[in-house]
Amino acid sequence: MQVMRVRLMVLALAIMLLGGGLSTVRAQSPVILNGAGATFPYPLYSKWSQVYAAEKGVQINYQSIGSGGGIRQFIAKTVDFGASDGPMTDEQIAQAGGRVLHIPMVAGAVVVTYNVPGVTSGLNFAPDVLADIFLGKVTKWNDPRLLQDNQKAVLPAADIVVVHRSDGSGTTNIFTNYLSKVSPQWKTQVGEGPSVNWPTGLGGKGNEGVAGVVKQTPYALGYVELAYALTNKMALGYVRNKAGQFVPPTLSSTSRAVDGALASIPQDFRVFFTNPDGKDAYPIAGFTWILIYGEQPDPVKGKALVTFLWWATHDGQKYAPTLLYAPLPKSLVARIEQTLKTMTAQGAALLP
Amino acid sequence: MGSPQGGRLVRDTARTGDQWFRLLLAAMAAAVPFVIGTMVVALIAAAWPAILRFGARFLITTTWDPVASQFGVLSFVYGTVVSSALALLIAVPLGLGVSIFLSELVPGWLRTPISFLVELLAAIPSVVIGLWGIFVLVPWVRTTAEPALQASLGFLPLFRGPPLGLGLLTAGLILSVMVVPFVVAVSTAVMRAVPTAQREAAQALGATRWETTRTAVLPYARSGILGAIFLALARALGETMAVTMVIGNVAQIRVSLFAPAYTIPAVIANEFAEATGDLYVAALVYAGLVLLVVTVAMNALARLLVNRVVQGPSFIAE
Repeated sequence: MQVMRVRLMVLALAIMLLGGGLSTVRAQSPVILNGAGATFPYPLYSKWSQVYAAEKGVQINYQSIGSGGGIRQFIAKTVDFGASDGPMTDEQIAQAGGRVLHIPMVAGAVVVTYNVPGVTSGLNFAPDVLADIFLGKVTKWNDPRLLQDNQKAVLPAADIVVVHRSDGSGTTNIFTNYLSKVSPQWKTQVGEGPSVNWPTGLGGKGNEGVAGVVKQTPYALGYVELAYALTNKMALGYVRNKAGQFVPPTLSSTSRAVDGALASIPQDFRVFFTNPDGKDAYPIAGFTWILIYGEQPDPVKGKALVTFLWWATHDGQKYAPTLLYAPLPKSLVARIEQTLKTMTAQGAALLP
Repeated sequence: MGSPQGGRLVRDTARTGDQWFRLLLAAMAAAVPFVIGTMVVALIAAAWPAILRFGARFLITTTWDPVASQFGVLSFVYGTVVSSALALLIAVPLGLGVSIFLSELVPGWLRTPISFLVELLAAIPSVVIGLWGIFVLVPWVRTTAEPALQASLGFLPLFRGPPLGLGLLTAGLILSVMVVPFVVAVSTAVMRAVPTAQREAAQALGATRWETTRTAVLPYARSGILGAIFLALARALGETMAVTMVIGNVAQIRVSLFAPAYTIPAVIANEFAEATGDLYVAALVYAGLVLLVVTVAMNALARLLVNRVVQGPSFIAE
């Protein structure tokens, strides 16, 4: 009798659970959004995915496979959204076929870091000097042009060991875009991209590779992401901006850079806003974008996607500063709203 | 004449079984060339745009410029071959020494711990070895090894230039650490397989321990030892992570071993994820194809060498 009763209870419980489970499925019909791309925003997107799943019940899977891979997957339409630290080229957009939207999510900055024994953060770098260091034309720490901007610092007669990223990366893309803007020689000789043909220096793999070499090699100089440099308390160089100020790289000076660039950001947001206007703007900064198709094939998924992007560019922004990303300015968000409102699925607008 | 019926039945069953077994084995044997064949076809197909565009020029130029879409693989081939050669130069004598010690000289109680440790070295993931390389080997090479080499052998162009710690020399060193276990494990096994009668015969003729090893053990184990070296070479040519972490990743050809360099596996691993544009991706795949050819060529070369050595006059006849 006892056994029988227990069995019945188990059965009843099972039915309840099963029934309950089924009814939740019916009520919520969970949508899963798949995305892939840039590694730089991964900590933020994974935080968003966690918060969003808890709050709205929509699951977002994000694979950080690199911007190039993200663009490839996006063109092949194997993901619902792509993510990249560099905008797609016209050629890639033509390949994708369809209206491609670049939605900025947050901004990041690239910082110059160095290891000069006895010198802490705050060495000043003029844009032309920085370009000439990476061109191999300024080779000593006591070069007169470096001394001129750093009169208080004691700089030795040592060779500068230049370190750059060896793997293709959005960080390199932003940095080389900046150097192309401030140095005509860099623009013609090297150019910009996620990987370039470096005139000088050693290659380290990833932010950690560059940071590792810089930290260990006396008289080394390299560039890494702001977030990485802040977390690892690295020596940061100040870079002279368009207004002539030497600006320390911080979250707020990165935000000032977005503000300074607002007027020149085009309607499709495809721009590196390096070297912007503004007295307090840090000049080496850029967006990270989510890539979507303006015409969504599936109304349910399309609706979920646009709702998520709306949330990410509004409520989601509050998670950015703690993870060391610069949030989007309000005026830019207003422009993003207009873009999101153009999204359609099967001819019908996805947002009112 | 006992029971022909029964005997025949057994034979028939055996024959069908044999046939099935033969088919199965043939299928297994065919699978490996099939995989290699499809791999080569797929690589050629994916590399086709770059093959059309650059052709043989790809193999003899050193410019690797993704921005201008100019690709040449020669500096990577150089880095791959030289770092592997350096690794073998260090690992083979070292590994053979360890093997001779383990098979001929070691007291019994010490053999197991030593072989265990050597085998453990082979089990360490290459990224961990790479981290050790960055944090231990690179600073040591920069502050100790390279200045010492420069002071003693600095007149050679091989040891000139600023000691950076990252470069061909460090890559060769880290590769040698990674391939030594292969040399040791295989050569110890083949040396221990040398019949005791061989050693006893040499000793009966009045050979010392070293003479016994040189005249009786090493010649007998020669082909096995060469096999061990191939294995080490293959591993060194294809190694990616640890090398990319210490080689400096600069596409250039310099005589100095202190200079940073680059290898084919490293450039593919570094750039593939962010490569956009068909030609760029195709060039990376083309580089992969070149690596395959380099590996096959080095193996063929090594095999040729072995055949000559094995057929040549043996040490005993000297």
